[in-house]
Amino acid sequence: MPTLKTVVLDSEKCIGCITCMRRCPTEAIRIENGKAKIIYDKCINCGECVRSCKGGAKRPVYDSFDLVASYGYKIALPSPSLFGQFSNLNDPNYVIEGLLALGFDEVFEVGLAAELVTDCTKRLMQRQSLPRPVISTACPAVAELILLKFHELADQMLNVYAPAKIAAKLARKQALEKGIPADEIGIFFISPCPAKVYSLHKEEVSNEKYISGVLSQSDVYFRLVDKMNKITNPRKLGKCGYSGLGWGSSGGESNSLGLGNYIHCSGVRNVLGLLKEMSDGKLDGADFVELNMCPGGCVGGVLNVENPFIARNRMRQLAENMKIPPVTLEDYGLDESFFLWDKAPEPSTSFQLDTDRFAAMQKLMQVEEYLKKLPGIDCGACGAPTCRCHAEDVVTGGGTLNCVKLREVE
Amino acid sequence: MQCIKLEYDVDGENFASAGHASESVKRTLKQMGVSPASVRRVAIAMYEGEINMVIHAHGGKAEAEIYPDRIDIYLKDSGPGIADIDLAMKAGYSTATENIRSLGFGAGMGLPNMKQYSDEMKIDSTVGVGTTVFLRVNF
Repeated sequence: MPTLKTVVLDSEKCIGCITCMRRCPTEAIRIENGKAKIIYDKCINCGECVRSCKGGAKRPVYDSFDLVASYGYKIALPSPSLFGQFSNLNDPNYVIEGLLALGFDEVFEVGLAAELVTDCTKRLMQRQSLPRPVISTACPAVAELILLKFHELADQMLNVYAPAKIAAKLARKQALEKGIPADEIGIFFISPCPAKVYSLHKEEVSNEKYISGVLSQSDVYFRLVDKMNKITNPRKLGKCGYSGLGWGSSGGESNSLGLGNYIHCSGVRNVLGLLKEMSDGKLDGADFVELNMCPGGCVGGVLNVENPFIARNRMRQLAENMKIPPVTLEDYGLDESFFLWDKAPEPSTSFQLDTDRFAAMQKLMQVEEYLKKLPGIDCGACGAPTCRCHAEDVVTGGGTLNCVKLREVE
Repeated sequence: MQCIKLEYDVDGENFASAGHASESVKRTLKQMGVSPASVRRVAIAMYEGEINMVIHAHGGKAEAEIYPDRIDIYLKDSGPGIADIDLAMKAGYSTATENIRSLGFGAGMGLPNMKQYSDEMKIDSTVGVGTTVFLRVNF
C-alpha cells in the first residue's frame, strides 16, 4: 500500500525554521538540509504544522472538487462545522441549497449521523460494558495519537465509527434503496481537517467502500458562498437538529450523551496533558472523555475559513434557533451493529526504538549515554525537536551527534 | 545483568511537577515495547510514590532500574519517616493535612495502590531520618 500523506511540504516556501518541528505533538518533524521533513510513520495528521507554519509551506492534501463531476449521482456530506463558516447565516438550509446548486444531487448532513452515533453511544454506555472512562474516537487524530503513544488507553476507545463514515454508510444505503446503480453513486465528505481526510482515505476511498472522495471545507466554501448569495427562499431540507450541530464544537458530543460525569478538552497540548493524566489512572470516576485535537473542536480544524471561536458562537446561535429534536436509531430502522467497528485498529509500533526488546534496551542505554553529553536545552539547531530526540535519531539511524553546543565546548 | 538506570529529583514544593519521573520512565518502557498493561501498573505505582514524597517528605530521589523482564524502583526521601508501617498501609489511613486533602490528595490510598499495582514492595523507614520505598513490577 502506498504511504498516504495528508500534509506535504512546499520546499520553496519552507525556510527551515523550527516552528512546526517544535509544535508537532508526536515529534514527527525533523529539519534536514534546511527543510522540514515529516516522518509519516509518526504523523497523526493533526494539522498542527499547517496551523503553525508562518510561510504557508505546509500544504494539506485533499481531493480535487473536479472529482465530484465524474459520478452520476453525487452526495455531499457537510460536517457540522461548515455551518459556522458563514456570517449572517440564520438558516442552515441556505448551505444545503447552496450545495445542491453546486451540482450535488443530494445532501446528507453529518450532524444527523452524529445524532445517531449519540443514540448508539448512549445505549452502549448504559450497558456499562465498556471500560471507563470511555474515550471518544470521533477525532481521528486523537485515535491515532492513542494508537501511537498511549497503548495503555487503547481498550478504552469507543468502538463506534465516526459520524462522517456513518453518514456515508447511510447515504449509500438510501441511494441504493432508491434504485441508483452502485457505480454511479459518488459520496463526498467535506472535511474541516487533514486528519479526517487521511482516516477516511485510508479506511474508505482506498478500499472503495462508502466514501468516494474527501473535499476541503475551505475549497468548497469559496464555491459555495457564490451559490448561496443567489438563494432567496431556501426549502426546509435540513434534518439535523441542535444536538448534531453541536458536534462541531468541543463538548457537543459529550453534552449530547446526557451524562453527569464527563470531561471534554481540546487543543494539542491540553489533549496530551489529559491523556497523560488518564494513563496515570487519575481520571477514574469519569464516564466519558471527549478529546479534540483542534482548538475549540472541529471548528478549529485547519481546513476551515473562519476563526474557530467566531464559528462556534454562530453555530451556538443557529442551534438555539433549531427546534428539531435528535433522531433515534428507530427512526432509521437501525441497530447498534450498524455503528460498531468491524475490528479494533492495530496499535502502531513506530514509537518503539526496536521491535526486539533486548535490542531496544541496548539502544535506550546508548540514548542515556548521549543524553549525558548533550546540553538538554532542546534548541532544535541539530534538526530534532529535543536533545533526547536527537539522541534517539542517532541511535536508531546511525551517524554521530551533531550539536552546536557540544562543538562550542570542543 | 545490564539494565537501564534512570534517576530523578522529585521537587518537594511542586505538585504539578510530581509525575515527571513516572512520565519519563513510561516513555522508556513504551520505547522498549513493554506491554500496555505493565506500563500502566508502573505508571500508577510510581506516580503515587512521587506524590507521597511531595506530600510528606519535601521531595527526594526516584531511581529506576529497568531490566528486560522487570523494573525496580527506589523512592528515597529524607522526610519524617513512617512510625507505624502497617497502619500506613491501611486503605484510607492518612496523615496528610487538611490543606493537602482539599487539593484532592491524601485519601490514604497511596501506599495501598502502590502495593496493588506492584509485584513486590518494601518499605524501609526510620522516624526522623527518612523512608525508602522499593517497588518491583514484573512485565
